[in-house]
Amino acid sequence: MRVVIAEDLALLRDGLIRLLEAFGFEVVAAVDNGPSLLRALTGHRPDVAVVDVRLPPTFTDEGLRAALEARRTLPGLPVLVLSQHVEQLYARELLSDSSGGIGYLLKDRVSDVAQFVDAVKRVAAGGTALDPDVVAQLLTRHAREEPVLRLTPREREVLELMAEGRSNAAIAAKLFITEKAIGKHTANIFTKLDLPQSEDDNRRVLAVLKYLNA
Amino acid sequence: MERDTRRTRGAAAAARGLAQAVLALAAGIPLAVASVVSLGLVAAVGVGLALAPFALLAVRAFADLQRAWAAEWSGVEIQRPYRPEPERRTLPRRVWWILSDPATWRDLVWTAANIPVGFALGLVPAALVVYGLEGVVVAPWVGQVSGFGWGPFWPLRDYGAVGVLGSVGLGAAAVWAGLRLGPPFLRAHAVFSRSLLAPTRTALAERVRHLTATRSEAVDASAAELRRIERDLHDGAQARLVALSMNIGLAEEMMKRDPETAARLLAEAREASGTALTELRGLVRGIHPPVLAERGLDGAVRALALSLPLPVDVAIELPGRADAPVESAAYFAVAELLANIVKHSAARRAWVEIDHDGRRLRMIVGDDGTGGARVAPGGGLAGVERRLAAFDGTMAVTSPPGGPTIVSLELPCALSSPKISPSSGTA
Repeated sequence: MRVVIAEDLALLRDGLIRLLEAFGFEVVAAVDNGPSLLRALTGHRPDVAVVDVRLPPTFTDEGLRAALEARRTLPGLPVLVLSQHVEQLYARELLSDSSGGIGYLLKDRVSDVAQFVDAVKRVAAGGTALDPDVVAQLLTRHAREEPVLRLTPREREVLELMAEGRSNAAIAAKLFITEKAIGKHTANIFTKLDLPQSEDDNRRVLAVLKYLNA
Repeated sequence: MERDTRRTRGAAAAARGLAQAVLALAAGIPLAVASVVSLGLVAAVGVGLALAPFALLAVRAFADLQRAWAAEWSGVEIQRPYRPEPERRTLPRRVWWILSDPATWRDLVWTAANIPVGFALGLVPAALVVYGLEGVVVAPWVGQVSGFGWGPFWPLRDYGAVGVLGSVGLGAAAVWAGLRLGPPFLRAHAVFSRSLLAPTRTALAERVRHLTATRSEAVDASAAELRRIERDLHDGAQARLVALSMNIGLAEEMMKRDPETAARLLAEAREASGTALTELRGLVRGIHPPVLAERGLDGAVRALALSLPLPVDVAIELPGRADAPVESAAYFAVAELLANIVKHSAARRAWVEIDHDGRRLRMIVGDDGTGGARVAPGGGLAGVERRLAAFDGTMAVTSPPGGPTIVSLELPCALSSPKISPSSGTA
């Protein structure tokens, strides 16, 4: 799988290259600023990009903007955005075209290598990988609302994991229950939140995120 | 070309002078009379207490107009000398605020003196232009057929050709003189106004006192803040990193002898690094939220609004970005007010409006909660006020029992270059 990496700190950039190459990714470009990132994304058209939000020259949200810009010319281009802090505002911008292939994680999450690689692969496959912190923020906003209050604690747990972008199988493994039980919880959640049911994992995640982002 | 602009400038100056002359009488006389009468009533029977503030504030508005004109027309900057408005706007406080301010009395002296001075300085250039034009355009023709005259030629027809040539020549000279005199006369009036309307030495001394007080508060606050950060780092992230490197060292030792324990130590080390990072993130947010650096006040307030457990309507109209310290003060003020709403108000909705009127950043934070918010010493609102005071900012709170609560903040500042980034959508 072909990857473009954008990270301005050499130490972290080399770490990411080493990590991804160890798991069989091919790093086709590793850049350290916004303009080169945009060129690399539109030039290489990678299977997935791993991008730091803050990059030179402005050291603001250069990386995020370059990623969004590239996705305007190449719709659905899978991008996993990494940051020292997560903002719901940025998550919303990343998800706004609702075409999937989006990841948004705290940089710390890289330390759980297996999970991180899983997230990269999920995003490359057109799925979603949202940081648990973002999901928690999303749910806080809806915490006082009627439909979310009606969820059982277990359903809330499932909703959180689903919003992070995990498949039913992954949620089942994480909660130590059968996939069938998860299927029942998901059906309940979708009924209570009045969302259209779907068999497709990715589409279901997007529906949940759209609801939470409203 | 240049002659043209000079002529237009002269004409504009003459017209402006005329406006000033008319106002000196039409506004000056009623204002002076109203002020004196209401002040007399204060002294005699006290009825004036209710009237005096209105009369004197109207004088202030008139003086403000003159300050603006002096700056715009003649480039003479006149600072406002008034004391800051009291926090609690009860009638007696307002009356005392106005009456005890020496600037009020200087305003009154100016209003009275301006009646003759402003009238004369304003009228002369305009009168010269108008009378000169009459001499050039009207007098030569009308004067031939009636008993009409102009200047020294009265009636004109008695002087024949000399009268016609004389009135045209002298009239043109008068127009020229009026146009030439316009700008210096306007400037003379501006300088006259400055002598009475600008802050005096006492006012400046007061300003120094105010600045000294707010500066020492700001210095104290930032020193306390640094101490807190130092303590948080020392007891938090720093201590965790020490434990972390110890764990890793131990794991290194164990690697061969007891791989299982080594793996457990490494897992613990990773967890500790996660906690340390979370703590550092919280600390960074408290010092300067990253989203504020990345998106400015606009994006940071929107991001903040999204993270609250109640819907917050955000309307922000900012054509540029303020300096970082001002931006930070504004952000933390709004953040504190929103946190108050979440904690105390039982509100179901809140709203934030931010705009810039060219001189000040204006922020309004409101909610539909239970009201009754008050500026208590040592409380959150007092903290907001203190932090804004360091930037000459002000805060006004209206919060009747039963709500709604509306807090308006103003921070004098300039905005830098217009933002080039696209708007970030609605919150």
